[in-house]
Amino acid sequence: MSQGRGNSLLKECTKGLVKENPILVIMLGLCAALACSTSATDAVGMGIAFSFVMIFSNIVVAAIRKLVPNQVRIPVYIVVISTFVTIVDYTLKAYFPSLSQSLGVFVPLIVVNCIVMGRAEAFSSKNAIAPSLMDGIGMGIGFTLIIGLIGAIREMVGNGTLFGRQVMPAAYQPFLIFILPPGAFLVIGFLLALHRKVMLTLDKPRTQRLKAQ
Amino acid sequence: MISNDLNIFLILFSAMVVNNILLMRFIALCSFFGISNSLKTSMGMGMAVVFVMLMATAVSWPVYHFILVPLNLVYLRTAAFILTIATFVQLEEMFIRRMFPPLYRALGIYLPLIVVNCAVLAAAFLCIDYKLDFGRSIVYTAGVSFGYFIAIVMFAAIREVVDHAPVPALFKGHPIAFITASLMSLAFLGFKGMFGL
Repeated sequence: MSQGRGNSLLKECTKGLVKENPILVIMLGLCAALACSTSATDAVGMGIAFSFVMIFSNIVVAAIRKLVPNQVRIPVYIVVISTFVTIVDYTLKAYFPSLSQSLGVFVPLIVVNCIVMGRAEAFSSKNAIAPSLMDGIGMGIGFTLIIGLIGAIREMVGNGTLFGRQVMPAAYQPFLIFILPPGAFLVIGFLLALHRKVMLTLDKPRTQRLKAQ
Repeated sequence: MISNDLNIFLILFSAMVVNNILLMRFIALCSFFGISNSLKTSMGMGMAVVFVMLMATAVSWPVYHFILVPLNLVYLRTAAFILTIATFVQLEEMFIRRMFPPLYRALGIYLPLIVVNCAVLAAAFLCIDYKLDFGRSIVYTAGVSFGYFIAIVMFAAIREVVDHAPVPALFKGHPIAFITASLMSLAFLGFKGMFGL
């Protein structure tokens, strides 16, 4: 989150992928990540819808950050975010009715997706448009990657397909439980443990800190 | 599927247990994992959610049916609901502080948090999506919020025990919490299909 002088714009973008991944590290936006990941198609659709809202609300919040009085900033952000959410909601309904049907109430709920609000408050309200744009892109990609991964795992193990196409051998008996709600919690639990393992091997100083805990 | 022809007890039961908002529908998970560290705080949060959710539906239902629909402004639903709810939580906070100080001390810090709790907004949306009438909306919301209360209190109780269990280092903290939630959700799945819900 700290924006030192040495940080390039690229770094703002890539930090969302692993180091500050919205789902695995900041642990916000879990509702959508779990509920919309029963199939890879739904998951990627949700990821793209989320990224759109994230990027544009970041840009607008950064653009108006000097005009908005401090006391009313939260309602203003909410209005900005809900505008983009409404755009996404109606676009999906018009052009991708089946996707809109399966994502259901979770599209309008992007408004209260804590990450969008969190990034507006923590990042784009303090930074210029360019870094906010990169932050939005990074968060969007990070979110899409993880939700896509969860969706792919759940669809593959739970149904034997990927993006609707059969990938597992015909003799494979799908574990239906992975499509059902318990599977979502299970997959994300193991992903979190895996992410921790990756972080531990990536930088040693963190290892020490974790051990101290 | 929940609709107006359903018995109100079935609506209540379906919203509370069969389609539990946390474990089966994955709404409001941020607070579920964030606040469930101790039994006491999760009780406070649960009560605050019950209170705010009922009020929020009681306000947002008339806003939708008496203001947005007649004026053809349905596309403003998202913005209108969240602003109504945010304003209303603020009013409630002031009202409770003035009128019921002990309740305020119990719920105080949780009330502002609830504005960003998606469960409140989700319940308001779902009542509209299911096309429920006002009375049934309130019953449905009551079911949803009791379901939230039950799930978060049970989860907090389990987590307090898990904290003392020998968990593999990689799974300490959040990963094991998700696995716990997975098992709880499995238990709630057992209610699926009851009374044809």
